[in-house]
Amino acid sequence: MFEIVEKSEVFNVHKIVVKAPGIARAVRAGQFVIIMGAEYSERIPVTVSDWDAAAGTIVLYVLEVGISTLELARMKVGDSLFAVTGPLGVPSEIKNYGTVVLGGGCYGIGGIYPIAKACKEAGNKVISIIEARYKDMFYNEKALMEVSDKLLYATSDGSKGTKGKVEDVVYEMLEQGQKIDQAFFMGCTQMLERCSEATRSNSIPTKVALNSIMLDGTGMCGACRVSVGGQIKFACVDGPEFDGHEVDWNELHSRKAAYAEQETGVYQSYSHECMAEKKFKQELERG
Amino acid sequence: MGLTAKERMAIERNRMGEQPPDLRNRNFEEVPYGYTPEEAVNEAKRCLNCKKRTCVSGCPVEVPIPEFIALIAEEKFVEAARVIKTKNVLPAVCGRVCPQETQCEGQCIRGKKDNTQAVAIGNLERFVADYERENNLIELSEVPKKNGFKVAVIGSGPSGLTVAGDLIKLGYEVTIYEAFHRGGGVLVYGIPEFRLPKRIVESEIKALENLGVTIHYNSVIGRLYKIDELFKGLGFDAVYIGVGAGLPIFLDIPGMNLNGVFSANEYLTRSNLMKSYLFPKYQTPMIIGKKVAVLGGGNVAMDSARTAIRLGAEKTTIVYRRSMEQMPARAAEVHHAKEEKIEFRLLSNPVEIYGNKDGWVTGMKCQNYQLGEPDESGRQRPVPVEDSFFEFDCDQVLVSIGGQANPLITKTTPDIKINKWGYIVTDDWGRTSRQFVYSGGDIVTGAATVISAMGAGRRAAKAIHEDLMKESNETTGDNGK
Repeated sequence: MFEIVEKSEVFNVHKIVVKAPGIARAVRAGQFVIIMGAEYSERIPVTVSDWDAAAGTIVLYVLEVGISTLELARMKVGDSLFAVTGPLGVPSEIKNYGTVVLGGGCYGIGGIYPIAKACKEAGNKVISIIEARYKDMFYNEKALMEVSDKLLYATSDGSKGTKGKVEDVVYEMLEQGQKIDQAFFMGCTQMLERCSEATRSNSIPTKVALNSIMLDGTGMCGACRVSVGGQIKFACVDGPEFDGHEVDWNELHSRKAAYAEQETGVYQSYSHECMAEKKFKQELERG
Repeated sequence: MGLTAKERMAIERNRMGEQPPDLRNRNFEEVPYGYTPEEAVNEAKRCLNCKKRTCVSGCPVEVPIPEFIALIAEEKFVEAARVIKTKNVLPAVCGRVCPQETQCEGQCIRGKKDNTQAVAIGNLERFVADYERENNLIELSEVPKKNGFKVAVIGSGPSGLTVAGDLIKLGYEVTIYEAFHRGGGVLVYGIPEFRLPKRIVESEIKALENLGVTIHYNSVIGRLYKIDELFKGLGFDAVYIGVGAGLPIFLDIPGMNLNGVFSANEYLTRSNLMKSYLFPKYQTPMIIGKKVAVLGGGNVAMDSARTAIRLGAEKTTIVYRRSMEQMPARAAEVHHAKEEKIEFRLLSNPVEIYGNKDGWVTGMKCQNYQLGEPDESGRQRPVPVEDSFFEFDCDQVLVSIGGQANPLITKTTPDIKINKWGYIVTDDWGRTSRQFVYSGGDIVTGAATVISAMGAGRRAAKAIHEDLMKESNETTGDNGK
């Protein structure tokens, strides 16, 4: 079950293609799965970035940020994940909005693909914007280009496209008088907040895919709760997409950092130990 | 064996040995050690084998209590276990977590004058189930001939396991869909290791698998498959929904989303299911509070408080709106909690949780309560005392004030009737408004007990059998497909 059939990495973004026929059949754009590398791993929510119902596979992009994701990053083709649960969350609302802007950073570069594809199929004009620090850090561009009318880039160092981030491209578009009927953003919380600010003054309907800490993913625990429009919402069952103009960002930033101390502490000691082991093995090989 | 009633009456209730409080509050091992065979036989001899079997009528699944106790008195422990299993598929679980004092033992004639002197039915049930399991004497029931019908059970908690166990023995092909990566529902995510060791749940599930029950883990029905697809695509003849109570409730007061405020569900799931008490060997992290406030007075609140103390809290306090007498928790849990130095701040309720600039809990503002007129449940209603507030020092708050119905299935299956709170409406036998869809346990009643969920599962299994047999007779004129 849940065998890894393909795996690659672009600058710490690990593409993992997994056998999960049930999910590949049922999943819709905007939904996620919860995965566990091993029996002792954390349960980690990951956006389903593509799927092949016929082959029974789903595509996940995972960033190595802690001990559980480190293990996922180290798994190989032929290995199996211990658990893949889903599809979870409410699918993106897809209809003909007119002009749709999709912004993605980090795993969101891959994650916006199915939403872009569905929006395109629904007759929208799709403008995709992706951001990275440096031009070589982009991935999945070709696929995204195929489902977008326009693909725009933003890089921190200016090596490709606009120098800056997704919201800088949005500001440029608005200055140029580009009409935007709906925006979707997916990426780190800081990016989601900044992009929501960019669309606020023009009151552009804005959906952000929140990535709060989750445990069960079915509404049972409330770990992922966020304040949206002054009300408690569960990102796992009410979301993951919410109105970016209504999210209490300060609260979300703080809740996302809740386990930073525990996780970083263990991650550092864990990585260090394994690096030592690796070097030791290299020494052995040299004799 | 021929003891007279007087001789039986003269025997004092046998107490189970248990880990001393100051040792057990630092580990997750089970608290009571269980009876020795001698203690069990001695306790069994206290049963008067009454003509009027009030204990049996106090049991939601009608375990033949006097019969199994008589077998224990004759040292026929395995036979006793099998007598229980004719009615209860999870005796090792129920012996540990049933509220016996309000059920079988509450009806025991020997407890009429002094309720601490009722026959220890729960302890005896636990003893024989453990004896059978630990000595590898669990009987492999014969796998019955298949009757051709397929039943899907959603959720592997107490009610789902009961339905699966009953139907597999009647010849049904049974498939359980479980959302988590491990089976048992609340028995594994909610009830802590020190109260119900997980190896016991695993063994019960293994027994069902040996009988031929298939379990699909990581399967969230409503998302992976809708109920309609279970019938049409996957060819099930009946579906049982036993998904539990679901969504936790948070108080509508400032500070509920601060870091350090957990639902009891989250806190217990991290510790129990994800084993974060073994962090970092198990990788799910846990925030360890120093001064922990637990809001609520039920079993889940006691479990949360006792978990907090084991994880290293310096001080753990139950903050409850009503008084001690009105606490819904099992007497044994309150007793154990007190022994473990958990404090009780009764007739109090927070009105605000304070946080620091980084969003972490720093304390609470609480209001004093008094008891007023009885409410519809018969308990005196807690009424806030005006202008009577106090500050409560804590850095972690565990919210254990109950739950609401999880809408995952009912939202995706609109033809299943729900009540105004979102719980599934059924008849006394678990039949929902949709033909061949049944439901039971907390998703029907709201948060209740393991044994009442099992009782509901048992009744639903009967209804499923009856309805499918009737259907098959009508369509084919015989008892098979």
